[in-house]
Amino acid sequence: MLRRTLLAAVGALSLLAAIPGAQAQEYDIALISKGFQHQFWQAVKAGADKAATEFGAKVTFEGPDTEAQVDRQLDMLSAALARKPSAIGFAALDSQAAIPLLQQAKDGGIPVVAFDSGVDSDIPLTTATTDNVAAAALAADKMAELIGDAGKVAVVAHDQTSRTGIDRVNGFVNRMKEAHPNIEVVSVQYGGGDQLQSTEITKSILLANPDLKGIFGANEGSAIGVINGKKELNSSIVVIGYDSGAAQKAAIMDGSMAGAITQNPIGIGYETVRAAIAALKGETLPPVIDTGFYYYDKTNIDAPEIAAVLYD
Amino acid sequence: MATTDTAAKPGLLAGIRGTGAYHKLLAFSGLIALVAVFSLASRNFMQTSNVLAILQATSVNGVLAIAATLVIITGGIDLSVGTLMTFCAVIAGVVLTFWGLPLPLGLLAAIAAGTASGLVSGTIIAKLRVPPFITTLGMMLILKGLSLVISGTKPIYFNATPGFNQISLGSLFGSIVPALPLPNGVLILFAVALVASFVLSRTALGRYAFAMGSNEEAVRLSGVNVDRWKIAVYASAGAVCGIAGILIASRLNSAQPALGQGYELEAIAAVVIGGTSLSGGRGTVLGTLIGALIISVLANGLRILSVAQEWQTVVTGTIIILAVYADILRRRRL
Repeated sequence: MLRRTLLAAVGALSLLAAIPGAQAQEYDIALISKGFQHQFWQAVKAGADKAATEFGAKVTFEGPDTEAQVDRQLDMLSAALARKPSAIGFAALDSQAAIPLLQQAKDGGIPVVAFDSGVDSDIPLTTATTDNVAAAALAADKMAELIGDAGKVAVVAHDQTSRTGIDRVNGFVNRMKEAHPNIEVVSVQYGGGDQLQSTEITKSILLANPDLKGIFGANEGSAIGVINGKKELNSSIVVIGYDSGAAQKAAIMDGSMAGAITQNPIGIGYETVRAAIAALKGETLPPVIDTGFYYYDKTNIDAPEIAAVLYD
Repeated sequence: MATTDTAAKPGLLAGIRGTGAYHKLLAFSGLIALVAVFSLASRNFMQTSNVLAILQATSVNGVLAIAATLVIITGGIDLSVGTLMTFCAVIAGVVLTFWGLPLPLGLLAAIAAGTASGLVSGTIIAKLRVPPFITTLGMMLILKGLSLVISGTKPIYFNATPGFNQISLGSLFGSIVPALPLPNGVLILFAVALVASFVLSRTALGRYAFAMGSNEEAVRLSGVNVDRWKIAVYASAGAVCGIAGILIASRLNSAQPALGQGYELEAIAAVVIGGTSLSGGRGTVLGTLIGALIISVLANGLRILSVAQEWQTVVTGTIIILAVYADILRRRRL
């Protein structure tokens, strides 16, 4: 008896969960992202949802728990393919691993739009993304301006395996070398985008380099970690962050962070869905859709074009 | 509970296997119920390609869960299975991509690395008497760090080893039965399950593993070299993690050094859903296999139904608790 009740409960639960997805609309677009819980990805999702309402499509959005779980992302992609969606949006964790599945999508006539990070393949019709190298170079220029174009700086980044990690570190470091020869990047360290780990890293960098002028935090978690480390050691270095989120915005308002680069995550989500629908309607797409970036600080944080792309 | 207390007596071993069989039935009916619900809810669920995708998604977690089963039956725990898998994949990458040695050597190296790590964990647990939870937690971190150090924190691609990705993605079965291209990775999972099942039920290693999990002191007092057998169990589990490392590296055609942490919990979830007791002395490989299938069917089915990801995790958590509670209820009624 009890066992039967339990099984029935399991069944009922699954059915209950099934109801929201049961209706079919004009287009069914599956977005497989690099992450889900971070505010950044939630902002991408918000942009995708916005386009979905605007164009009358149904959009699902999924991503693995951490950006290391390449195989979990493949499982998500293959489940999405089995659902037979009209189109797929895909932000690759690994530039190669998903190619067999993307080929399967292509063979099945399902258009693929890449977003955030591209893949080493010509299957995606376009890639909606930020130019991370140029964005990090802008951070380098702003840092140089703020510290008087001379002295020691450091970088705290999320990882050295993902495209964004590589591009942002290279963009910053190379710009310093080329345009600001009197500035020395003394340390580049990686904290996995984890706030606590990045805090510890920042403190060790500050303790090792008492004459440090500034630190660039290369993503949201890293930047918050840098701010925490700076506060814990009562340091007065110049901090430039990346992306937004409530904590970073507060740090800019109270002056502990000089400013930050923001991508346009809402735009990334929106453009991905819009490109997918354009592809379904047979329109041709440019190879890359640049979704843009801005530098923001206390002076322009409330400007409409900035406020629109910042997220909490 | 009486069963587990006296299980060290040889006559009761048959009884243990008996209750295991009963549980398999329960876990199996849960799996069937899930499959039935999803098949009714979406016609996209029960397609050959999707069933193959589910099996493919189960292969790595299934093999890891089998490794965890071996250890959990002894009353221990292995938190290092996920990062050990990654470590073995990285070792295969070093041998095949960095050194350019032939494929079989890479595979052997991965399994040897797994076995060696298991030997280290087992020795620390048995000889130094550090609790398994602490030892394998430490090993989890050590292996995670070593994977990053050895690989230079970058993925190691196997592009220079043609055919490497066929280990997981190719289909020997499909070349015989073209209608059902069962990926090799799934065949490997089944093979590992058969061997592990045989070892547990038909060899001294298996008998002592169950006996240690039931009452380690009694086994020790009866003159068995418990330390040696315990080390052997951890080493075997390590070897199985080596196979998981090959599977995941082949599937991704790369060794991803940052991956692995968190996978141990999913493996342990598969083990307990399959009816293996976390306190040791009771469990089956078939149960674990079904547990792993339940997890991947659930994940796949909820995705096919376009259930929001937040709710997918809530449902999965609920099912884990329900599955174990159902087991407790059944046990109470016996």
